[in-house]
Amino acid sequence: MSHGLVKRLSLCICTALLVASCAKQNKQAFYNTGIIYCSESNPVTFNPQLDTSSTTSDASSHQLYDRLLDFDPESGRIVPSLASSWLVSDDGLTYAFQLRKDVWFHNTRYFTPTRNFNADDVIFSIDRWRLRSHPYHYVSGGRYPYFESIGLAQNIASVERVNGYRVEITLKRRDSSFLANLATDFAVILSEEYANQLAQTGTPGKIDELPVGTGPFKFDSYRKDHFIKFLRHDNYWRDQMEDAPTSDEVLSDNNTVESANQEVENGQGGEDTVQDGTAQNGDETRPVVEQLIFDITPRSSLRLAKLMTGECDATAFPAQTELEVIRAKEDLTLAEKPGLNIGFWAFNTQRPPFDNPDVRRALAAAIDKNTLLEAVYFDSATRAKTLLPAASWAFQNDADDTAYNPVLARKLLADAGVKAGFSMTIWAMPVERSYNPNATKMAELIQRYLRDVGVEATIVSYDWTTFRRHLQEGLHDSVLIGWSADNGDPDNFYRPLLSCGAIPSGTNRAMWCSEDYDKLLNDALQTDDIEERTAIYRQVNRLLYERLPLVPIAHAYRYQAYRNELEGMTINPFGGVRFGGVKKAL
Amino acid sequence: MSFSLAYLFPGDTLENLTGLVPQNEIQRAALERQFKLDQPYIFQFFYYVGNLLTGDWGYSFTSGLPLREEVGIAMPATIELATYAMLMALFIGIPLGYYAGIRSYSTSDHLINSASITTYSFPVFWFALLLILVFSLQLDAAPLSGRISLLYNIEPVSGFILIDILLSDIENKTLAFKDALSHLALPTFAIGAIATASMIRITRRSVIDVKHRPYIAAAISRGLSSWQIFFRHILRNALLPILPLMAIQITTLITNAMIVETLFSWPGIGNWLIQAIYQRDYPALRIGMMAVSTVVITLTILVDLFNRMIDPSREKYERATV
Repeated sequence: MSHGLVKRLSLCICTALLVASCAKQNKQAFYNTGIIYCSESNPVTFNPQLDTSSTTSDASSHQLYDRLLDFDPESGRIVPSLASSWLVSDDGLTYAFQLRKDVWFHNTRYFTPTRNFNADDVIFSIDRWRLRSHPYHYVSGGRYPYFESIGLAQNIASVERVNGYRVEITLKRRDSSFLANLATDFAVILSEEYANQLAQTGTPGKIDELPVGTGPFKFDSYRKDHFIKFLRHDNYWRDQMEDAPTSDEVLSDNNTVESANQEVENGQGGEDTVQDGTAQNGDETRPVVEQLIFDITPRSSLRLAKLMTGECDATAFPAQTELEVIRAKEDLTLAEKPGLNIGFWAFNTQRPPFDNPDVRRALAAAIDKNTLLEAVYFDSATRAKTLLPAASWAFQNDADDTAYNPVLARKLLADAGVKAGFSMTIWAMPVERSYNPNATKMAELIQRYLRDVGVEATIVSYDWTTFRRHLQEGLHDSVLIGWSADNGDPDNFYRPLLSCGAIPSGTNRAMWCSEDYDKLLNDALQTDDIEERTAIYRQVNRLLYERLPLVPIAHAYRYQAYRNELEGMTINPFGGVRFGGVKKAL
Repeated sequence: MSFSLAYLFPGDTLENLTGLVPQNEIQRAALERQFKLDQPYIFQFFYYVGNLLTGDWGYSFTSGLPLREEVGIAMPATIELATYAMLMALFIGIPLGYYAGIRSYSTSDHLINSASITTYSFPVFWFALLLILVFSLQLDAAPLSGRISLLYNIEPVSGFILIDILLSDIENKTLAFKDALSHLALPTFAIGAIATASMIRITRRSVIDVKHRPYIAAAISRGLSSWQIFFRHILRNALLPILPLMAIQITTLITNAMIVETLFSWPGIGNWLIQAIYQRDYPALRIGMMAVSTVVITLTILVDLFNRMIDPSREKYERATV
């Protein structure tokens, strides 16, 4: 009677245990040949020149391509990458790069290289965005937002081939941030041979959809909203090098830039693994990583769950509320570093009444930044007074800052003629970023503050791609967004965010254009002296405080969450995750 | 009805119908002629149906792929899940139901009965979340997302992942098979448990009804043993009323599968439709809705036909009560 029932129950339990034990045995060698990374969104394209979103850079720049120069993740200094050394002329206008030999491009289903990397590839990659007349300039849209926002194309006079492995770039005006710009994620080197091949078959757009580069992984397949698959690049040049170059071996004659970037490292403490992305030779005990897969998972709670069960080895952008959970788990590692980023609230200064600085000042005085910091960032951020975080060498500790003053806010609004009940929109970005982990929540808090001063705010959001497109069209009244630096130079904060030239490229969310501001920025680039540049940036901060096109809110810490089995993971100070050199142990 | 949705959805009719966005006026005019939008509605309707039957279903807004391809990938995933859950319900639910019915009103029957009522009343997504919490996150016994680890490259031949693994030519077939099974475990159990519970209840009621029939009493008085009574009379007679109810089961099963898919990131039609809603992909919504209703209707009709064929009794209005 009940024996039969007991028998049946035990049968069910046995089956369940069998399935469970089968699952456990899965930690076998095969699973160590692949790294699965939980990514938060789809990349827009596979060429980071065309976009500034970190999702696109993560999926392309760091895995598929290399740049002429790189930033050392530990010290933040500029180190050689595809350029093995460089010389700067005395007048600071001509840069000569010696290129590395024996660097191979990817060998994929759709392309087989017949020659290795040389000067022609460098010239192609730069001229594509520099010259409007270049046959590839308008392929895939013709917008190169980062380069447009810093106006680099206008400043380069010529790019010349001296010989097969030497390129000379001549500028029109001195630019002490030029080398730093060449080390950003956007300055990738494409394959000119591939480009010619595609031009002949009449499908040039494929260069950005089926990419070819020199990076540690090559492209295999992409299914939107699901996954991106990369395979290992067998002839990756870093794996073949005898000695890994350290930052001490940097061969450069431009000392000022080096020392400037050295000061970046002072702000970067925090626990982190010591190995950087360069070659780890002689490690025969661990299997080589054959596949890298980006598992596209928009919800951060699901990313965390997958990290916990081991279905993902590393994850993007853990939410603030999840950090404690990750810290508490023993098989997960949470690496953190102060970030070079800024989260802000920008007003669309081309729309009245936001073109009136008094209105902007009123709105800034209406909110309490400390509450926002506590509620949204949970102590993992510092209050921002200016655009630059403490980790930057030009940081100004005693800068002016707006204070919470609703009485002043109401007065200024009334003086400016804004009636009570005025309605505006706050656009909140739908994705998490380190500079703003929960824009919707922040928008709701701001909504409450604004209601107290008689302003009705509506919160607007779309999916990330549509959101950025509408922002570029200027459909917003104000937006909660931010910026992660691409290099250690302060110009990288000020120029793409608020200069006139950055409006068409879409990185200037405040749509603000001020000649005084631009002039100050250009002056700062004329000199290599740190003291002079810092003094100029103090003036810039003062100008921004008076005009307030945006309200700086927070500088956040950067986090990288991954399972303990991954070795060689580093936090890149400039955002992004790279898997070249990462290995998986049992 | 899905045809009229092309007109009722916001946005341009041509785009909603086909998923193609015309670049300029000339292209627009050409597309309109091609899709017969310049003719009266009744012609458009016939043309639309014709297109559907030949397999030209238009293109998705978000991915740009032909909808037929997308549905062709997503639909078998859901059907596979529903099939395994149905099999679980049949092979576990019916025997347990028989057992409970024969031993009706005894202790074991009370146990089974109460367990099945409890399981049957769970909302399926809550049950699935509970399973994830316990088995995935705490016990680390089964994965919670996808059909198989992304490290495997399985060619979709039939759409059923277990069959495709066996048909594929990858190196680690056993490993892949185990992996797929562990991914199937939780979703199948979540849906299957509820289907099993209702199957138990239906079977039990049917068996109790049959037990109280006069011919059973006659068989007992003639001296047949319990086993003989069971196999000759109860088994098949109790089975008959269950079959029509299976048709309703299928509908519930597929609906539950679609709900549970979003929780387990199962790449089935339910997940796909919900993504389409979020991204406002109108062609996908129309086609998806049509595909799902077609499948459900087809299966229901098939089950009904099957019933007609094997049911010898003329009175088909005797239904078992639950």
